[in-house]
Amino acid sequence: MSEDCLGRKREALWLRSRIIQSIRRFFEGNDFLEVETPCRIPAPAPESHIDAVASGEWFLQTSPELCMKRLLAAGYPRIFQICPCFREKERGGRHLPEFAMLEWYRAGADYNDLMRDCEEIVRSVCREVLGSKSFLYQGRDISLEGPWPRISVRDAFFQYAGTPMEDALKKGLFNELMAFSIEPKLGIGRPVFLYDYPVELGALAMAKRSDPSVAERFELYIEGIELVNAFSELVDPAEQRSRFEKEMACRAAAGKAVYPFPQKFIDALPAMPPSAGAALGLDRLVMLFADKTEIDDVVAFPPEEL
Amino acid sequence: MYTASDLRKGLRLKLDGDPYQIVEFNFVKPGKGQSLYKCKLRNMITGAQFERTFRDVDTFEQADLRERKMQYLYKEGEQYCFMDIENYEQVFLTDEQVGDVKNFLIENMEVAILFFEDRPIGVTPPNSVDLLVVQSEPWAKGDSVSGNYKPVILETGYKILVPPFVNEGEKIKVDTRSGEYLTRVKD
Repeated sequence: MSEDCLGRKREALWLRSRIIQSIRRFFEGNDFLEVETPCRIPAPAPESHIDAVASGEWFLQTSPELCMKRLLAAGYPRIFQICPCFREKERGGRHLPEFAMLEWYRAGADYNDLMRDCEEIVRSVCREVLGSKSFLYQGRDISLEGPWPRISVRDAFFQYAGTPMEDALKKGLFNELMAFSIEPKLGIGRPVFLYDYPVELGALAMAKRSDPSVAERFELYIEGIELVNAFSELVDPAEQRSRFEKEMACRAAAGKAVYPFPQKFIDALPAMPPSAGAALGLDRLVMLFADKTEIDDVVAFPPEEL
Repeated sequence: MYTASDLRKGLRLKLDGDPYQIVEFNFVKPGKGQSLYKCKLRNMITGAQFERTFRDVDTFEQADLRERKMQYLYKEGEQYCFMDIENYEQVFLTDEQVGDVKNFLIENMEVAILFFEDRPIGVTPPNSVDLLVVQSEPWAKGDSVSGNYKPVILETGYKILVPPFVNEGEKIKVDTRSGEYLTRVKD
């Protein structure tokens, strides 16, 4: 049964392999160092809604963020990594509890620079792998010609949810409206950047200089699918510590596991240059280029098949 | 007690005092946000369906659902009567509760009756049942509209497509889950 299923994935798995090779060529061409950081770590970043899988006394990484930032702090200005990440109990049509992440960081950059990176990466992978400037997804032609439109989270709430962002936050409806009223409308026929998230929703993102109520954070959407999360990095150790403590308190209040404090990461922050980093869900990029609506169709082994 | 992460298609749970089954399930999680579980639920007593979104902090009561083996006795009016073979207790289900299972019920057949708390709410027949063909049109080669199958009527009144070699007065095995013909039964 499952061997039949594997046979049917041949085309998607070949495409996946070519996409990964193309991504590596992009970063190599832009003078990035490919790094590998451990999957198994003692202290994942404390974030209210991201749950780590325990592995003995330690944890499987929910993202390689903290280790990669320590590399930035140690003087590696352009780094990238393609690695498995693990998030407990995340399973759905677009979620696997073990998924592939592409993460990259640039010293001396901010989130605007990473929006340009996103455009170039998706465009160059599409050109190399599909041989075109656009691609077909569920019967719709997706144009990648730039620059891609940008909409702030505040404007998206007005436009698609009919509710001010602040009200949604106060009433605890931010996630519902985002998931069911806003996200499905984003990036239809053309990618779009959703930017400037409420500062309390990005534990590791820097507040915007001209409006500290929001963080310099964006997400890239294509056809309603969230593909990239990125931000200008918070480099102030005191601020970072207090944000982590807030997240830990939220976790404790919700009855969730509270992880050990990532002290070595905080200790490295004073040496970290102003930087920006992005995380791209590799499986979802393959879904888009392979014209699939289910994440299971672009990995060889979803967990239920093991 | 269930937590939100136990939710999945097919799960049965108790909400507002009634048993529900999840018929559609969708996990969504906006970037760094809370896990949301969008479910379509079917009331196992009334059949009514509705959509509801749950959050990761929500918890649910398990529905007290049990199956008991019983024998189908007879139908009177709109009531189907079943009996526990060990203690002779009888229970009744309505037409609506029996639904399409009526196509497979013959007297004295052993079935599973589903109870919610102490109340019978549904019936499941065996996966396959043997039923008598009571009416079959003579089949002439070439005049079938659906390839190599012809319609016949079974003793329960159920109309089914069978291969042309099946005759009136013969028994066939029927898959009760798909409602389709399986094989001819030789007595």
